Amino acid sequence: MAERGRGDADRDGDVPVYLARPGTADQLPRQQHGGVFSNVEGAYESKTIDFDALTVGQRSSRSPRATNREELKPSKHETNFPPALFEPEDTLQIKKKDPQILDKSERLLIKGGRIVNDDQSFYADIYMEDGVIKQIGDNLIVPGGVKTIEADGKMVIPGGIDIHTHLQMPFRGTSTVDDFSQGTKAALAGGTTMIVDHVIPEPGSSLLEAFERWREWADEKACCDYALHVDITHWNDSVRQEVLSLIKEKGVNSFQVYMAFKDLYQLSNSEIYEIFTFLGEHGGIAQVHAENGEIIAEEQARMLEMGITGPEGHVLSRPEELEAEAVFRAVTIASQTNCPLYVTRVMSKSAADIISQARKKGNVVFGEPITASLGTDGTHYWSKNWAKAASFVTSPPLSPDPTTPDYLNTLLASGDLSVVGSAHCTFSVAQKAIGKDDFTQIPEGVNGAEERMSVIWDKAVVTGKMDENMFVAVTSTNAAKILNLYPRKGRIAVGSDSDLVIWDTDAVRTITAKTHHSAAEYNVFEGMELRGAPMLVVCQGKIVLEDGNLHATAGTGRFIPCSPFPDFAYKRVKARKQMAILKAVPRGMYDGPVSEFSPMSRGGTPSASARTSPTKAPVRNLHQSGFTLSGPEEAPIRAAGRRTFMPPGGRSNITSLS
Amino acid sequence: MWLSKQREEPHPFTECEAETVQKALLSVVNERLVIKGGRVVNDDQSQYADVYVEDGIIKQVGENLIVPGGVKVIEANGCMVIPGGIDVNTCLHKPYLGTPPVDDFYQGTKAALAGGTTMIIDHVTPQPGESLLEAFEKWQEVADKKSCCDYSLHLDIPHWHEGVKEELEQLVQEKGINSFQVYMAYKGLFQMPDSQLYEAFSFLKELGAVVLVHAENGDLIAQEQSKILGMGITGPEGHPLSRPEELEAEAVFRAITLGNRVNCPVYITKVMSKSAADTVATARKKGSVVFGEPITASLATDGSHYWSKNWAKAAAYVTSPPLSPDPTTPDHLHSLLSCGDLQVVGSGHCAYSTSQKAIGKDNFTLIPEGTNGVEERMGFVWDKAVAMGKMDENQFVAVTSTNAAKIFNLYPRKGRIAVGSDADIVIWDPDKIKTITAKAQQSALEYNIFEGMECHGGPVYVVSQGRIVFEEGNLQVQQGTGRFISRKPFPDVAYQRIKYRNKMMCKQGVSRGMYDGPVYDVPATPKYITPAPSAKTSPTTHQPPPIRNLHQSNFSLSGAQIDDNIPRRSGHRIVAPPGGRSNITSLG
Repeated sequence: MAERGRGDADRDGDVPVYLARPGTADQLPRQQHGGVFSNVEGAYESKTIDFDALTVGQRSSRSPRATNREELKPSKHETNFPPALFEPEDTLQIKKKDPQILDKSERLLIKGGRIVNDDQSFYADIYMEDGVIKQIGDNLIVPGGVKTIEADGKMVIPGGIDIHTHLQMPFRGTSTVDDFSQGTKAALAGGTTMIVDHVIPEPGSSLLEAFERWREWADEKACCDYALHVDITHWNDSVRQEVLSLIKEKGVNSFQVYMAFKDLYQLSNSEIYEIFTFLGEHGGIAQVHAENGEIIAEEQARMLEMGITGPEGHVLSRPEELEAEAVFRAVTIASQTNCPLYVTRVMSKSAADIISQARKKGNVVFGEPITASLGTDGTHYWSKNWAKAASFVTSPPLSPDPTTPDYLNTLLASGDLSVVGSAHCTFSVAQKAIGKDDFTQIPEGVNGAEERMSVIWDKAVVTGKMDENMFVAVTSTNAAKILNLYPRKGRIAVGSDSDLVIWDTDAVRTITAKTHHSAAEYNVFEGMELRGAPMLVVCQGKIVLEDGNLHATAGTGRFIPCSPFPDFAYKRVKARKQMAILKAVPRGMYDGPVSEFSPMSRGGTPSASARTSPTKAPVRNLHQSGFTLSGPEEAPIRAAGRRTFMPPGGRSNITSLS
Repeated sequence: MWLSKQREEPHPFTECEAETVQKALLSVVNERLVIKGGRVVNDDQSQYADVYVEDGIIKQVGENLIVPGGVKVIEANGCMVIPGGIDVNTCLHKPYLGTPPVDDFYQGTKAALAGGTTMIIDHVTPQPGESLLEAFEKWQEVADKKSCCDYSLHLDIPHWHEGVKEELEQLVQEKGINSFQVYMAYKGLFQMPDSQLYEAFSFLKELGAVVLVHAENGDLIAQEQSKILGMGITGPEGHPLSRPEELEAEAVFRAITLGNRVNCPVYITKVMSKSAADTVATARKKGSVVFGEPITASLATDGSHYWSKNWAKAAAYVTSPPLSPDPTTPDHLHSLLSCGDLQVVGSGHCAYSTSQKAIGKDNFTLIPEGTNGVEERMGFVWDKAVAMGKMDENQFVAVTSTNAAKIFNLYPRKGRIAVGSDADIVIWDPDKIKTITAKAQQSALEYNIFEGMECHGGPVYVVSQGRIVFEEGNLQVQQGTGRFISRKPFPDVAYQRIKYRNKMMCKQGVSRGMYDGPVYDVPATPKYITPAPSAKTSPTTHQPPPIRNLHQSNFSLSGAQIDDNIPRRSGHRIVAPPGGRSNITSLG
């Protein structure tokens, strides 16, 4: 593609590539096929690019969609909807109708926007139909009466993917105040059009049942597309089967394990090793909550003993070292098992450093900072207002080091950290107050789904750390790639889902709990002024946010199955697997001569004789005498010895012994 | 206590147990020596001076000494006069499946003396379930009988339980042991989980002991071993394959984290790989009190021999953590040693004969672990670091002797040539060239892992306890002359910083406590007003209407949850009935 682009420029002979950067508002290149920035010359003519043909290893997830398109195409041409249906005024009416009809009838044209993908930016119009982007380019030929949105040169970006949420998460008989409806509304209001929630089965219970339960809740209430991670809270053979069927049949490709929460979710190193091995074989992504639970338990007891019971005890008992230690360990295990690793909630500098070092060493590891760690710090744990301090409680805790957010944003911009989640998990003050006398009882979680994109824009793009393409990558594209949903999600291209956002770079919002869409009373970003906000959000081809008004409908969200072996993570892993196999062969070959040698040594000597021999001065001579004695002496000493030492009589004895 | 005195002041060493002193006196009485024309090299400076020794103690250091007539004179001829080496890591009595190593305390200390090492610190390795005290006494008995040079003992803690604490206390306070080793590897045998390590660290820190850590991730090793065996790899090459250096680095990192949390000095035994050494170095730069000990084998050879076609040779290299297959490792470790990031060189000397190693001929996990190195230790540090220009002679003394003496609280009795110090002295010839071979070594092993290597630098004379034990290639040692050297807790080099940090940490605790008060009062409000609705109203009063409604319905649910919490113990205490405070106090 790059080759082609250069060719274009040469032929035109007007604009060198390096001058026509995406950022420049140069209109010249887009006159011909979008200029050097066009995906493929003539791409706009062929409106039926089949991504299935281009991608590897995602047949299962793609095929249902492909068939969908086949079904929909005739309906588009043959059924004649009354033009009135497409008048903008009627959109609200349509929404109230059956979603099925609505799906088919929604057509949208976004004019005059600058499309920003993770690799390039260019000016083009976008035509969407049936929740899918049908055409991109200038002067599109579209049916009459299509609702048209004027983007006025603003950025049009793929809708955000919040890869980490805990909506409607049960906690001790209660659940988070943001359920799937409330939470996804908040997400949409912030420009996020897809969420990935964590299924947390109770230890000992069935993963599949928990998964079905979450599906039920989400199908009923979600306002945007969603996918699910499943957390592995215990490990045995039946869980292994369940994980396999989740990967093969249910469309889950990422599983989280916990290195913290001792006696609850925490798994041992060997269990984690087995899980990673298993996931590595079956194409899953291993996510890890990285904190050393053993030491935390000790530190918590120590804090409580010292009389520290408030929220500051949370951060004091979970120093960032413990996070870094666990990340280091997780990276080690993943590299041993050759499994791609995804570290959820990177909260501290040292943990982030470990990840970036590991990446430099070639490990396949992804780090996910969350909105809270990018936007605020842990100094608030010392707030005199208990409720405020408690609202910041999450694990790993926010670092008390105020330079942390800046640092994490830098690593995010440089690509050492890959995606941004929100870890949106909100509890009311009353719920948090369960732990008012004991910080270890405070339910953990902070808000962030709504603020996620703006925080990154404000802290990274506006400050000049990150360009707009990287912004798209970390908020959306990378997540889609890890989940194996790319290019259906995470890209504005013909054939992709029409989840997109018109991003207003000049908007300034002040974050406050009074106006946010979450049900929590406290917002950890309270009072922050954030530049950059979504002006218009299109989800599944429908406008859900316009002029600050949210028109979301609960239950319209679809479950998006994720297929295993995402290329983004597994291309390298697969290649290494082959390398590893090759390595094992020469090792095996060395083995032959080794075993031939050993009977010789075995014939000789027990320990006692061996010892006497060396004590005398000439070492070499004694050596031989040592050998004769070993046979009789060692055998009776221990079971292992028995098997090892063959009596001079011959092989038959050995078999009889075993 | 050593540091509190003037260095030049003579020290009375009568505090050692009466019997050892007696024993020492028997052999030492009237032994007088003067070493002339040498350059005395300590860790801080070098000077031309003569050294006069009497009764096993250095009596005078200087030029033109006035000494009694008839004293034996050693002509150093400008060679270096250095404190005798201290080998901090030997296993001369560690049994493997009931059989002791071929180098016992006699054989092993003989080898040590031949290499210029005049003191060893051996590891006592009780079996799980065995009493530490009994094991200690067993070791001491054997060593007293056989050892040819002064020795001290580390104790390995095979597993952690309440009963161990008492024994540890006794060992530290009465037996003169100040260092204990814990294992992060050997799953199902010696390995301790993190929480036990935390407890062990906390307790040992209170006692003022140095915590030695065998750092490898045992859980992962067990997994890797079964994987490798499953692949049909049973030879010694399976050993390094199942213990990749990452696992060592990981455990080192974890041990340091634990040490930081507990605020306890951590000493990593057997630093075998680059990444583990780097982890130690990085931690030191961040201020952790951590010491790293590479061993002779990791400094002089590498793990490529595990792939040798000769099984016995390959098996001779088996030790844990394994030698790194990366051939640049020794060079890297020497660099870190020279710049002070690693402090002490041990030998990890643990010699099993080929027939013993052959226990694991069909299964590499059964091969007894250990390599030789006590004799070659000082020579290779000189050859690979000083002769290469990485290290100066003072640093050489520091890493082979002085640092060890400081960390284990033997300084300046050991590890220094000064008036009042023990007369453990080596006259070192930098130009001596020796080819290492099993034929010429003191150790009883059939294989020497350094076979055929040429080594520059070596001892000409070795003086131990004031007697010449090695003279121009001839060893004259006597079994049982070695004394047990008791060591006091709280070595300054490890604990001085820890003490200040303790104070710092106490202060922090207080200030945190102060924040605590006001924090308490606030949650009371939501609690009284009860569960959800009221609490929510206060902070969010002005929420937009549509959301507000949904919100409220949620909250009434949360109220029900709090009822749900009541069955839980914590719930009981937290949710106070509207009645008021008096209830709370009565509940508490």
